[in-house]
Amino acid sequence: MNKVWKRTYTYYFLLPAAIIYLIIFILPTFMSFFFGMTRWTLQDWTYIGLENFKTFFQESSLNIGFKNTFIYAVVTCGLKVVFGLLLGVFLTSKIRTKNYLRSVVFFPTLVSTIAVGIAFSTLMHPTEGLINTTLASLGISGPDWLGDTRIALLSVAFVDVWKGVGFATVIYIAGIMSIPEEYYEALQIDGGNSWHKFWNIILPLSRPATNAVIILAFIGGLRSFDILWPMTRGGPGFATDVIASIIYKQYQAGFYGLATAGNVILFLFVSVLAFPLSLYLNRREVDL
Amino acid sequence: MIRSIRRFSVEVAAVLASVLIFWIPLYFVFVNAMKDKRGASLQSMAWPASNHLWSNIREVIQARNHMLIHAFVNSAMLTLFSIALLLLVCAMAGFVMQRRSDRVTPWISFFVLAGLIIPPAIVPTIWVLKNLHLFKTMLGLIMVEVALAFPFGVLLYRGFMGAIPREIDEASVVDGCGGFRLFFQIIFPLLKPVNATIIVTSSVAIFNDFTNPLYFFPGSKNATVQLTLYNFMSQFVSQYNLLYTNILLITLPPLVLFIFFNKKIVAGITAGAVKG
Repeated sequence: MNKVWKRTYTYYFLLPAAIIYLIIFILPTFMSFFFGMTRWTLQDWTYIGLENFKTFFQESSLNIGFKNTFIYAVVTCGLKVVFGLLLGVFLTSKIRTKNYLRSVVFFPTLVSTIAVGIAFSTLMHPTEGLINTTLASLGISGPDWLGDTRIALLSVAFVDVWKGVGFATVIYIAGIMSIPEEYYEALQIDGGNSWHKFWNIILPLSRPATNAVIILAFIGGLRSFDILWPMTRGGPGFATDVIASIIYKQYQAGFYGLATAGNVILFLFVSVLAFPLSLYLNRREVDL
Repeated sequence: MIRSIRRFSVEVAAVLASVLIFWIPLYFVFVNAMKDKRGASLQSMAWPASNHLWSNIREVIQARNHMLIHAFVNSAMLTLFSIALLLLVCAMAGFVMQRRSDRVTPWISFFVLAGLIIPPAIVPTIWVLKNLHLFKTMLGLIMVEVALAFPFGVLLYRGFMGAIPREIDEASVVDGCGGFRLFFQIIFPLLKPVNATIIVTSSVAIFNDFTNPLYFFPGSKNATVQLTLYNFMSQFVSQYNLLYTNILLITLPPLVLFIFFNKKIVAGITAGAVKG
């Protein structure tokens, strides 16, 4: 590149972005590796080695976060892929209420997460909530959705899917619409039915959409905090505590070193799971 | 004939399912926001006997010295300034990142992409903000929002910049344009579609953001609307009508945006997801 272009595309353009991004995001990320190994009051710190990490792995109120985070991410991601795909196929077929249905499915994506969380936690109230009173009038006694340790995490995951499925659907709609018409024509000549259309054309050729949904939903699920916190605050007990909510609890309790160690663990957790996943998915992508 | 009947019944079923799954929660919030304290505590779907919506709204707004109004002002400022800064910063960075290629550019791309995946390190960020005297300030929160939205924004700009021919740059430079003039007078006006996409998608995301204000903008005096709802949650625990009224009020701005910019929002999300 010659001198004129170097001067024209000067790195001064990057300066404002670099200042903000480096100071507010990159610097704290690097610092977290150090402060995760300290006892920290924000004013001063004592180096304690890997003590915080040991605590995190040994104490059952903390290490339950790994299991819950993983379950939560897998469940929400899986359901979003399945429902997103089905809705995507349905909403690209020849139906008259297409625009209405697309809007309705997408709308919850734009509602504030905390409002959704609060509204659903009253709907899921064991005795007074609308869900259980409706079930009771049908003669079914509904479970304590958010109070039962066995299903609380799944209840929250369900609300997450309710709110997020519109996002997955929109990506699938874009993916399915970009499949060239010729494939369908070829199928028609060969006499395939609508099952063949789904299984042999739409499913393999909407692969880029599937990959995008899996990656985004999975990473989002691993980092999830804002829908879970107003609904259960990690309870009952620690049954719905994920790594992100544990970080917040330790931060509130003033254990800044431990909270930072939690952040490092979340960082490693996301990297270890998300990078190989995205490599694997991208390798299997086919070109149209 | 049979086919069309089948198709019709599937469609009716889909519309009914959409009402059951998506409209009922919204309707429930709306109906209970119109009831008085006793009516809302029943948590039923019944239409209220008398409309208390206006008095509920008045009460929610007046609670804690009109905190909700302050919160709306704060949220509006946060959204507005964050987006203005975000647009400028991302457009400038995306311009150079797409046009230049030397030994440094892969590294820049790596750090930007990492920002899409890595969760922010919270306590160290608070420590940095504290040392800059930006913790618990609006400016600090704006910086956080911009830093966290930067990777997504810059990728959109970089992608769009590829479609702007280099010949435009060459012609301008031959005519004596410097880099800054080229960017601000010629390139930036061409970026309108991306600007619109980012304005619409980020304004929803930043207005609805709960986690970052919770960590970096604490204190009951200066709250955003999402934080007031969270704080009211414990205060209004026996007054569901007020809680629902509050939910209704803070859902209105995104709803209005949705009605006007539905297509734009959807386009923005798909563009970002497929490129990212």
